Amino acid sequence: MRIGIDVGGTNTDAALIGDGGEVLATVKSPTTEDVTGGVAAALAGLGATQVSAVMIGTTHFVNALVEAARLEPVAAVRLGLPATAALPPMVDWPERLRKVVEGASYLCHGGHEYDGTPISELDPEELRRVAADIRARGLRSVAISSVFSPVSDSSERRAAEILAAELGQEAHLSLSCEIGRVGLLARENATIVNAALRPLAERAVAAFSQALKVAGIDAPLFLSQNDGTLMDLSRATRYPVATFASGPTNSMRGAAYLSGLTDCAVVDIGGTTSDVGILVGGFPREASGEAMVAEVRTNFRIPDVLSIGIGGGSLVAEDGSVGPRSVGYRLPEEALVFGGGTLTATDLAVAAGHADIGDPSLVAGLDPARPLKLIADRVADAVDRMRTSSDPLPVVLVGGGSILIRELPGFEDVRRPDHYAVANAVGAAIAQVGGEVDRVFSGPRDTVLAEAKAEAVARAERAGAREGSVRIADVEEVPLAYLPGDATRIRVKAVGDLDLEKINA
Amino acid sequence: MHIDTGALPAYARGCAVLGSGGGGPVTIARAAALQALDDHGPVRVVQPADLDPDLLVMPVGTAGSSAVMSERVGGTDEPLYLRQKIEELYGTPVAALMASEIGGANGCLAVAWAARLGLPLVDADGMGRAFPRMDQTVMQLRGISPTPAVVCDGRGRTVVIDHVSGRWLERLVRAALEPFGGQVATSEYVLRGHQVASSTALGSVTRALRLGTALPAPLISGKVAETGSILVEGLGPDLGRLVRVEAGTEFLAVMEDGAPLAAVPDVIAMLDSRTGEAVDTEHVRYGLRVSIVRVPCDPVWHTPEGLRLAGPEAFGLFALPAPATSSAPPGGPPPAAASALREDPPAATPSPPQRPVTS
Repeated sequence: MRIGIDVGGTNTDAALIGDGGEVLATVKSPTTEDVTGGVAAALAGLGATQVSAVMIGTTHFVNALVEAARLEPVAAVRLGLPATAALPPMVDWPERLRKVVEGASYLCHGGHEYDGTPISELDPEELRRVAADIRARGLRSVAISSVFSPVSDSSERRAAEILAAELGQEAHLSLSCEIGRVGLLARENATIVNAALRPLAERAVAAFSQALKVAGIDAPLFLSQNDGTLMDLSRATRYPVATFASGPTNSMRGAAYLSGLTDCAVVDIGGTTSDVGILVGGFPREASGEAMVAEVRTNFRIPDVLSIGIGGGSLVAEDGSVGPRSVGYRLPEEALVFGGGTLTATDLAVAAGHADIGDPSLVAGLDPARPLKLIADRVADAVDRMRTSSDPLPVVLVGGGSILIRELPGFEDVRRPDHYAVANAVGAAIAQVGGEVDRVFSGPRDTVLAEAKAEAVARAERAGAREGSVRIADVEEVPLAYLPGDATRIRVKAVGDLDLEKINA
Repeated sequence: MHIDTGALPAYARGCAVLGSGGGGPVTIARAAALQALDDHGPVRVVQPADLDPDLLVMPVGTAGSSAVMSERVGGTDEPLYLRQKIEELYGTPVAALMASEIGGANGCLAVAWAARLGLPLVDADGMGRAFPRMDQTVMQLRGISPTPAVVCDGRGRTVVIDHVSGRWLERLVRAALEPFGGQVATSEYVLRGHQVASSTALGSVTRALRLGTALPAPLISGKVAETGSILVEGLGPDLGRLVRVEAGTEFLAVMEDGAPLAAVPDVIAMLDSRTGEAVDTEHVRYGLRVSIVRVPCDPVWHTPEGLRLAGPEAFGLFALPAPATSSAPPGGPPPAAASALREDPPAATPSPPQRPVTS
């Protein structure tokens, strides 16, 4: 048996999945201030201790960034001089976050061209001077970036060795080659965010482990990553930024699992928003370009999600329009069906007989037809925006607020699977292990493609996938315009089943 | 008039529109310009009439790959090396900078480099928009020599190109890209102050600023219904309409029922209806809500010489009926001095591959 837990901003959801893949038990409990309280309550609610693994998806780290709280100041070290001087690190950050996160920035020599030629030689003495300054400022988190590190990571690795030797064990080093893709500023930003979260990650991971111990569970713990695969605790401690979009990813993966579909649209309707994403081959379609997270431009891979302001707690205005304002987590007190004084979208669903929640007699006089039609139209419009062709597309509804929707104009196949309210926790529980390669390759297409695939499979196996279970989930080739020599950026993702014996070995 | 950090966002939006779906990553160039304006203060914008007739106006820009620009974001010293070499070659001081290409990233880089050099920026540019080739300039039409031209990087590694036509300049610069890491800073078609008024696209800076705050009414508003060959389906008041957008590295034509609503050399911009940002050709995707606007190009591009250099046929769009709205207005600039430079046979310099219009 496995346990999947989703620690959201409002609720902590958990699901117990049997060895045959069946959902054995589910539980929802409020997320607590210390986060672990909610996890402990969820584990107690499930009541199972003899489990083989626990998977947690959490918005804890992304929320820290959104709130600009619990963050560590960062020393940003960039290798690439004389290139890149036009744009120093954090140049495009919102002032509010920059004040909290910017410890110091250093432009140093090093880095590479797109074909791996060094831009300039790394200067160990220069880096030792940087280390001395970092120490003098009392900074403990360091983000290292270098030009074209997705092509050649040697500058970052060498710089990390030098800085680690100078700064000692207490310093955390985050390397951009481990985090993002081509696009220096966006990759560097993600690396700086990661560095700012390192101390929090250590505390949170320790707290999650403690919650398991208290619940009497002695099983390996994993955290969900943005792409729907798992990372172990040592990686989670070093790369908290990789959890940022795990919430929507887990919802979508859970929806796929519960509905048995691998290619569909998923609408996750919560209390305040509806998040629409597209599943391709069982994995969320990822955003193609740069992703803004808390107003910081990053380029790590996150699912392409369109959010609209409609949820179970959305306020219904006099003219029948719904949202974007919502009573959010106060729904159980404020909605009419619960004896409150606010007309919410949930009241409409109850009045229409879609759901049996609270006291239906309290909404007996309500005519819900028109506002519910408006909701369906807006959600259908959002799904339509996200699709990539006009071919028929099944739509899977999940999340507590999905009772608002019965049918969607323009979509024939609309379904809401069992356990829809905890799809996110189910998605965490069924997560696999992945390996990814994203680099610029030069050479004959077949050769470099085979090379990239083999490397992705090897990475997945190193991350804990069972040999033989790993398959190529996604291949993307982008020829680089105006570059000589057939340079092509190739991205390959491989995923496989978690090999618990390997993990426990 | 000045461009400061307050005016820059509108200017950058205007440059993105004039990019016509190409011209490189404006986001990076805008950030570089903001940083330069922060470091060195506002850039003065001057009119051609205010220039010393004998001093140099240095057109500046970058050539190469967008992917490289977004990774190896520029240095600070490229404009210093360009100016030093240009002054040495021409034996005259540079009095002002000009954007080689106002559309896309190069429009913003010109501001960044003017700030770094402490020089004014001329209210003009070489194209009035973005074009894929370096020789597709008004200076080329007016018989201004493209050389001696300078290519360099942020370390001052410099190549001087001389005694070639515009087409050959393009070939030689492309050939230099590989050792330079895929992107270079360039200055070509260097002008004397007195040549600017008659040999450039005038008013480009003020135009970009204006387009950054107000755009012409859209040709159509709708959603992208197909991306291979781009189709946009009308929504709202345009429900029931369907247009096809021809694109290479820029948007080239908007076709409805086999007739063009707009075509190169006029500017065609696609705007994301949600954000108002210009969408470049690489980022057109299914379902995107967009409006398409046509912005008239500099009238010189509608002369026979202009069309030969940068009209539909130069992009492989043959037998395109002329859009009713885009004929050259009377009183436009006189045709270019046609034979100032001997052009090479076209076979030696193939155009970028484009799809022919088949509707």
